[in-house]
Amino acid sequence: MPRVGGDVRRYLRVEAMPHVWCPGCGHGQVAHGLATALERVAVPLDRLVLVGGIGCSGRTPFYFNANAMHTTHGRALAFATGIKLTRPDLTVITTMGDGDTAAIGGNHFIHACRRNIDLTAIVYNNGIYGMTGGQQAPTTPLGAKSVTTPLGSLEPPFDIVQLALAAGASFVARTTTFDFEELPALIADAIRHPGFSVVEVLTQCPTYFGRMNQLGDAVAMLDYERDMTLPQEEITKESLAGRMPLGVFRREVRPEYTAQYAALCARQKAGKAEAVP
Amino acid sequence: MKLVQGNEACALAAVRAGCRFYAGYPITPATEIMEWMARLLPPRGGVFIQMEDEIAALAAVIGASWAGAKAMTATSGPGFSLMQEHIGYAAMTETPCVIVDAQRAGPSTGLPTLPSQGDVMQARWGTHGDRAAIVLTAASVPDVYEVTVAAFNLSETYRIPVILLLDASLSHMRENVELPEVTVVDRRRPASLEGFRPFAGTEFIGLGEGAELVVTGLAHADSGRPRASDGPNLERMLRRSIDRLSAGEAEILRYHTRALDDAEVAILAYGITARSAAGAVDQLRAEGVRAGLLELQTLWPFPERLVAELAGRVEGLVVPELNLGQLVMPVRAAVNGATPVHHLGRADGHLFTPEEIGRAARAAMEAVHA
Repeated sequence: MPRVGGDVRRYLRVEAMPHVWCPGCGHGQVAHGLATALERVAVPLDRLVLVGGIGCSGRTPFYFNANAMHTTHGRALAFATGIKLTRPDLTVITTMGDGDTAAIGGNHFIHACRRNIDLTAIVYNNGIYGMTGGQQAPTTPLGAKSVTTPLGSLEPPFDIVQLALAAGASFVARTTTFDFEELPALIADAIRHPGFSVVEVLTQCPTYFGRMNQLGDAVAMLDYERDMTLPQEEITKESLAGRMPLGVFRREVRPEYTAQYAALCARQKAGKAEAVP
Repeated sequence: MKLVQGNEACALAAVRAGCRFYAGYPITPATEIMEWMARLLPPRGGVFIQMEDEIAALAAVIGASWAGAKAMTATSGPGFSLMQEHIGYAAMTETPCVIVDAQRAGPSTGLPTLPSQGDVMQARWGTHGDRAAIVLTAASVPDVYEVTVAAFNLSETYRIPVILLLDASLSHMRENVELPEVTVVDRRRPASLEGFRPFAGTEFIGLGEGAELVVTGLAHADSGRPRASDGPNLERMLRRSIDRLSAGEAEILRYHTRALDDAEVAILAYGITARSAAGAVDQLRAEGVRAGLLELQTLWPFPERLVAELAGRVEGLVVPELNLGQLVMPVRAAVNGATPVHHLGRADGHLFTPEEIGRAARAAMEAVHA
């Protein structure tokens, strides 16, 4: 396998480690992918704000040499919205889990997609709640076991890519921690994209999802990720067969909110501001 | 002179105080604040955004504050309940911001267009855990203007979310007023970034302003780094922020008095109820009853010493409020039996008349002299 990253250490806050993630957890791979992407895009450290939600993925900002805002469960995008609107010059990236994004934060997620503010949302999807000990998530596959679905889940899962597309996100992509080269490339594309971008990363949770569903260790789970997904270019009606497609699903440049807002303010200033005593 | 609505005065004052970010969600009877901010902010280069709910509104406000803007949101009952999570986050992260709650009768959807003072305890204790709190209120349109500016100033000085309680009647009341001159306080920046610990004091550096910040709702060290299982550190943080307010009592504690110096019976009131209480005092004085009014604008931190001192020199204290007994609880604790405390509460969406409060004060005096 070709070497993926350049020197990503400049972006990592090594003194904050060891990290909280379990052995074999895919979140470290996502963080490495993010660091690699940041290095490729050459985002200046003092212009970078990482905004985490609550859960395993939400801890990511602590391990980066950047401004880190660790917020509340599900609401990272709402905080990020306030930051970006106030300081459009900052690069603002959120790290959220699947429950964070699609359960408690579902409302914030769809509205962030709709507004098209230049934020990058990295969604770590391991199909389960890890931090609280392996409960069902809105992305848990039908029939899969968790500590709150010991007999198998009866709920159809959310497809986060479809959700983002339907809600109007202007850049939408999906990859996995198995696709170690694609991962930083897609995150870099998402950061460069001038609008709201979503990168869903399927990541392994061997501690809970893997153990409860007899998927084996972390390496076996990477194989599972490979087998349950299909790169876009290989998709035919027959080949997909229930697997999740990977790649970029939308890349569309359309009016970005903070630019539109700045234009609106400029027009207003040209007119007469209402006097305030 | 200008005819100004309570909510309008709040928006005008916010802009005057330097507010350059507003995020909100429509709700009666607070909505006009949002509508005014939508008109006032863009020409000043400020940001206005309507969010998807009140939870998101306060999240955006906190994000904006950390990005360097003086920021505010306004809401009412149900929205205020939704904001409790982020009031706690703002407290834990020592984020300056202002939250206006135009109180309406609850619980739940309640009486959306009718006034209440039912959020006095929620404003203090609504979020989980302990925290330092500043909660202000006002009784007239000019006071709304002054107290809104004070809310921003205190918020920036003490790095704390400040809650301003209005009510449906005051929010929608129009008064012919001269908007007063005010002093505006900005957040303090550290003299140097060398060795700056972002959570050691009240100096503030925003995101992207040269210090690498770590901001978290977890308990944290003065550096901002999480200390998620260090209990003594959390208690130290909480006590420090509470002590900071005690030290600043002189500027935090706002109140008015009326005919209080020689009063035999005192009425302790706040917000819109203080208007009726002032009328009651005037009527009682005209009848020869030595009544006086202590009108609190600062509800929290509760002015214990002020109330205890008053209790020591009157024959009775009457506490009217538009709820079934909230601020009377810390009043009773501060009075500590020194004088009888008579509570007058209502939660029917109506204001007290001066006559009702006057009757309660006379009854209190008769009980003493019986």
